[in-house]
Amino acid sequence: MLDTPTTRKPYVTGMDSRRSAGMLALGAHTILTMVFLYAPIVVLVAFSFTRDSFGVRWTGFTLDWYRRLLADQRLLGAALNTLYVALTSTIVSTIIGTMTALAMERYHFRGRTGFDALLYLPIVIPEIVMALALLAFFAFSFGILELLSGLRLQMGLGTVTIAHIAFTISFVVVVVRASLKGFDMRLEEAAQDLGANEWQTFRHITLPLILPGIIGGALLAFTLSLDDFIITFFTTGPGTSLLPVEVYGQVKRAITPKINAISTLMLLVSITLVFLSQFIQRRR
Amino acid sequence: MALETLTSEPRESRVAALLRRSERFRLGLLLFPGLFWLLLFFALPLVVVVLYSFATPGPTGRVEWHFTLANYGTLFTESLYVNAYLRSIWAGVLTTLICLLAGYPLALYIVRRPPRWRTVLLFLILIPFWTNFLVRTYAWMIILSNNGIINSIIQALGLPRVALYPSEGAVLIGLIYGNLPFMVLPIFASLDRFDFTLLEAAADLGADQTRAFLRVMLPLTMPGIAAGSVLVFIPTVGQFVVSDLLGGAKVDYLGNLLQRLFTRSNPPNWPLGSAMAIVFMAVLTVAILLYFRITTEQDR
Repeated sequence: MLDTPTTRKPYVTGMDSRRSAGMLALGAHTILTMVFLYAPIVVLVAFSFTRDSFGVRWTGFTLDWYRRLLADQRLLGAALNTLYVALTSTIVSTIIGTMTALAMERYHFRGRTGFDALLYLPIVIPEIVMALALLAFFAFSFGILELLSGLRLQMGLGTVTIAHIAFTISFVVVVVRASLKGFDMRLEEAAQDLGANEWQTFRHITLPLILPGIIGGALLAFTLSLDDFIITFFTTGPGTSLLPVEVYGQVKRAITPKINAISTLMLLVSITLVFLSQFIQRRR
Repeated sequence: MALETLTSEPRESRVAALLRRSERFRLGLLLFPGLFWLLLFFALPLVVVVLYSFATPGPTGRVEWHFTLANYGTLFTESLYVNAYLRSIWAGVLTTLICLLAGYPLALYIVRRPPRWRTVLLFLILIPFWTNFLVRTYAWMIILSNNGIINSIIQALGLPRVALYPSEGAVLIGLIYGNLPFMVLPIFASLDRFDFTLLEAAADLGADQTRAFLRVMLPLTMPGIAAGSVLVFIPTVGQFVVSDLLGGAKVDYLGNLLQRLFTRSNPPNWPLGSAMAIVFMAVLTVAILLYFRITTEQDR
């Protein structure tokens, strides 16, 4: 494709060889960058199987660290909490996000531009600012609530879930809106001409067509929630442990092959989710 | 017949009005949950931060509601805070620049590959994009540690071991590593829309490769560069995980101070932390507006 026929334009040959030399340089750069991107991941995975108890050198193969992981009640509990938060927040933010996307794509209303800005803000705002704002807000409103009713609320799984919903809604909206953009509105009109009511039209025409977009948004929300550390760290409470926060606490103390093992499992989950989302997008 | 249309017309418009009302009702129903959630759990918390930034920090960490501007004063006078801002912005600029220099050629190469290779390479960029930031930073701790791979190689060469981390260099590596995919993907998207025959046209008109790149390709892919830069710059300036894990406790970045003021320091100081966050957002907004002005002016 790059090699234009040399017979027609003989003077191009010089440039062509220079251009392919350029492509060679670009290729070398790409290989080096890929090594840079993947070497740490390979090392991490390899050292989850090492016998070395410091987890930074290769001294032989073992599955011992994974066995110990399964026996660690604390880590297992944290993993279950993380899964619970990710599932709950994904379900809620997918429903809310899809509704919002439908409203934004189908209707024109006053304040639409403003709401659009509000929707994009959680994506671009520094995560730490959103995290500390949520912490301040929960402490502030719980304080007022206690003053007014004597009811004492605590930060924990509930506040983490609320926070995760708040920061994943926008991502769901972006993905679902993209799938609504290519939507042929005449299909809905045809369904209604044939006597379907609003709900039937939505259930049998609109929903199946935008479902890949909704699933894509849900997978993104799920991954973001599962992997999130900063917002989780700020909005969790004493006694509630979540996986990224737990891993962070242990990493701060020392590198251990056990953390290598749990990190490898987390990587595995993420990679599976990318595959799933790509697969769904291909089918679209 | 004339009478019939007369009588049926108001009835039809009443139906239309009813439909319009139900239409508006449906819009409200669709809009309400998202609006409610984002106003209550996103916008309102930011307002609370603004409120806190004008409050007085009490001796035990409890906030006292006396209006003061002292928090903002502290930020601009104490070198600890001024330095943290400068260090973080500098790290952000450096990381963005290096990611751009490494990411643009990478995106260019991927775009020019045949479809099958393109898919594979793009997928290889997507995987780190989707994986846990914490885990990927941790991987560098293993590599750079005192008995780690790089030091083993250094020792095998007969050289003395080097303390590679914690250090500011290690922080920079971690930042570049963590953010590179965020630069590559938007640039790839804009290169994908770029018509490469324009380069041939430029060559036919006598432009050499450098000139064709600077005058044709670069301006036309500027939106991707701008988007990528913003996606890298914002999280880099506000990060605290990378500098916490790879930088040790020696140097303070903005994010580390924010984290400490809110969750760790004894006692915590939320009003000062809030003021710090507000100034941070203001600095970011100005920086991004400036950046967009510069990049779009080049476009003209």
